[in-house]
Amino acid sequence: MNYANIIGTGTYVPEKIVDNHMLSELVETSDEWIRARTGIKERRISTGENTSDLALKASEAALENAGMKPNDLDLIILSTLTPDYFTPATACLVQRRLGAENAAAFDVSAACSGFLYGLDVADSFIKAGKAKNILVVSSEVMSKVIDWEDRNTCVLFGDGAGAVVLKASAEHGIINTVIGSKGDIEGNLVSKSRNLVNPFVEIPETGENYLSMNGKEIFKFATRIMRKALKDVLDGTGIELSAVKYIVPHQANDRMFEYVAGKMKFDKEKFYVNLERFGNTSSASIPIALDEMAKKGLLSKGDKLIFVGFGGGLTWGAALVEWQRD
Amino acid sequence: MGSRTRRMAKRLKLKQKGEKTMVFEKIKKILVDELGVEAEEVSMESNIKDDLDADSLDIVQVVMAVEEAFEIEVEEEETEKLLTVGDVVRYVEANK
Repeated sequence: MNYANIIGTGTYVPEKIVDNHMLSELVETSDEWIRARTGIKERRISTGENTSDLALKASEAALENAGMKPNDLDLIILSTLTPDYFTPATACLVQRRLGAENAAAFDVSAACSGFLYGLDVADSFIKAGKAKNILVVSSEVMSKVIDWEDRNTCVLFGDGAGAVVLKASAEHGIINTVIGSKGDIEGNLVSKSRNLVNPFVEIPETGENYLSMNGKEIFKFATRIMRKALKDVLDGTGIELSAVKYIVPHQANDRMFEYVAGKMKFDKEKFYVNLERFGNTSSASIPIALDEMAKKGLLSKGDKLIFVGFGGGLTWGAALVEWQRD
Repeated sequence: MGSRTRRMAKRLKLKQKGEKTMVFEKIKKILVDELGVEAEEVSMESNIKDDLDADSLDIVQVVMAVEEAFEIEVEEEETEKLLTVGDVVRYVEANK
């Protein structure tokens, strides 16, 4: 049996730091308000780099960390809700610029859960014996889809990219994954594409296509689905939550983590949180956090981790992983 | 009204009052758990936002706990009308 094992991680975030005080000059908000409701202090914002640019640099870092050449990759899966183009897929741009000539490349669209969807797909390819070396990269330039006049959303998001390299292995790296969806026909979290306009449309669509979010409904969804996903990913594995060293959540809102830890009666410190410095970078947030944990030396061989995410779609996912690196 | 009917009516009234008190007590416990307030601070007249110092996310948490405790669903438009503890008690009474 082939298992998928994480053998490298990498991150790239834009240099420009935008803190809460800077935002309070753009919209009516304050550092205190933002921190009390989200835990975010600052985020990185692109000054011109697009999603593929961030993805390329995170991918290069992850490959270097893994000691793997781009030519060895057979698959590149990129998750984003902010692609450079409708087509080509951002994954294809990264594939060419990396020089990963032997890799097929495609994007997955699962918003903030995108990394977990990518991981689930990659795990399935490896288990099926269809690929040996896979790059999963999550990259977002959220700053191009948010309305910089909407104080309810512009304070939440940041730009960034994170990547992992997976290798087929006898070691049981990814133990279990779960993904799920519940179509958001209510429009609680949407970022619209182009307006439908053609010579045959009677009433052409108009208006801006910024991201909009019903924060209260998403808070309810996220905190409920996180509890479910945490249970589901452990179910049948014989591993208890108490044996899990860290939960690496999608970095959306610190209040959600406090709530979930309280309800599930575990120490909130089990959540690894770095959103105070990056905000919500959508699907990039988990691999960015994972890379940071690895670089800080927080992870040892044999540690059990859970990645858990939720977001637009609505989608959710979780992965139970045993860290196999020293 | 016969004495038997009167007794029954009285029992029913007591029962209803008891249920209302139980709903209040359950909601009080939710507020204590979710907001970290003291039980003595909570009365039917308490304004959740102003008197119990809850922000918008605290209120979402209270609503979630109420939904789970009473197995009901509180629509978002309704949430905005629930200003006092009494509003929540009456909403639960009417919808459970």
